Parts: sequence; C-alpha cells; structure tokens
Amino acid sequence: MRVPILKLHQYLLISVQVELDDQTALQFQEDLLSKIHVEGSLGVVIDLTSVDMIDSFIAKVLGDVVDMSNLMGAKVVLTGIQPAVAITLIDMGIKLDNVPTALDLEQGLGKLQQELEE
Amino acid sequence: MMKTQSCVEVKNEWGIVAARQAGRSLSKEIGFGSVDQARITTAISELSRNIYLYAKRGEICLGAVERPTKMGMQKGIQIIARDHGPGIPDIRQVMTDGFTTSGGMGAGLPGVKRLMDEFLIDSETGEGTTITTTKWLR
Repeated sequence: MRVPILKLHQYLLISVQVELDDQTALQFQEDLLSKIHVEGSLGVVIDLTSVDMIDSFIAKVLGDVVDMSNLMGAKVVLTGIQPAVAITLIDMGIKLDNVPTALDLEQGLGKLQQELEE
Repeated sequence: MMKTQSCVEVKNEWGIVAARQAGRSLSKEIGFGSVDQARITTAISELSRNIYLYAKRGEICLGAVERPTKMGMQKGIQIIARDHGPGIPDIRQVMTDGFTTSGGMGAGLPGVKRLMDEFLIDSETGEGTTITTTKWLR
C-alpha cells in the first residue's frame, strides 16, 4: 500500500488515509523525498486528520521525514493531529520538537506561505 | 477475572496492524472513549512491535476483564504480550525513558506503562517475555 502524494503548484499535499504499518510508513518517507527532489517542491503539508493512532515508530518516521525534507530545502507542516493522538503522544513522552504543525490543511498551507515569504 | 479472550499472532508487520485493530474494536465494545481507545491501541502497537523486533514471533492476547469496586463491577481490557524470544536481561534499563537498542525513540515500554493502569513484566533470559497490562474503564 502507498500513500498518495499530490502536487499543487510549489507544494506537495498528503492526506494519510491508510492504516500506517511500518513498511507503508517507510515507503512514504522515501516516496516523499524523491517527489520533493523531482518536483523541486518548496513546501509540504502532511495531513493526519484520518490517523487515529501514532506510536513511537510512526512518530519517529514522521519526525525524521520533516528533518530530511528540511535538509533538502523543503518546509513540512503536519496538520490535523486528532485530540486523542496528541494526548497519547504526550502521555508516551514523545515530543515532536521543531516540527511545525497547524490545525488543518488550510492553516497549514497558510503557514507555509508565510514562511516562504519571509 | 478474564471473561473473553482472543489472540493475534505477531510474526510480521501485518500482525502489528491486526493486533491493534483487534484492540481498537474490543476497547470500543467495552465502552472506552476515543482517547482511551487511542491509548490502548498505541500500547498494543508498541508491545507487538517489540515482539516482532526482538523475538521475531509471539502473540498478543486481548480480553475483557471485571473487578468488584465500591461502585459495582468495573470493566476493563487486559493485554497479554507473550513471546519465547531472548528475554529482557535488565528490566530496569528497558523501563528508562530514552533507552533503546533498536535505534528507536526508547519510548516504547515506559510509554506503555504510562498509557495503561497496571503493568507487569515477567521475563527470563533465553526463555521469553510476558507482559500483562490492564486499563480500567472509569
């Protein structure tokens, strides 16, 4: 199973709608980086509205993909993290420090636009 | 007292997904709210990944449990993660935040303990590990 990555002008949009098993998560990491490379994207929004669970492995994959994209020169914003997911992550002691987030896709795109204009 | 019990075999990544799906549906059935459902599902995910990562294979058994309280019978969910892998040589070490041998975050077992209400590790080097953990419905 693969997570679809959509291109919108200079951005890439991802809405994670599949159950994230380890392999799918790692494949997504690879797919996103090569898509950034091919398209020359400046910003990425990863929307997690449909994700009902993030464990330490998936958190690490997401944190890593943000760092990797930053290395390549693309900014990533995570959006739509559900209340139950946010509570569970903090309970677990997992802090996604330095990971930009926004409430939803619209605000995520706004945040990217702001950062790119600076 | 364990009322019903079903087990999911974990020997690949799909076993991890199957175990947490079973956990989500049972916790919903017992009556847990969405936050506790996420806690329980996440705990199962961590435990089954440990089985896959360190023991290669094992099983996750889930059951509805009950205990008497002053307010009447209290319902809960019990998760038993069992494997015949290498065992855990130093339990105190694996319960330390940030300790990892796999390059992960080291949040797994201490995280599970915080997500659940009761948490017990029984492990013998060379024999295997059984982790029993329970969450009570409030």
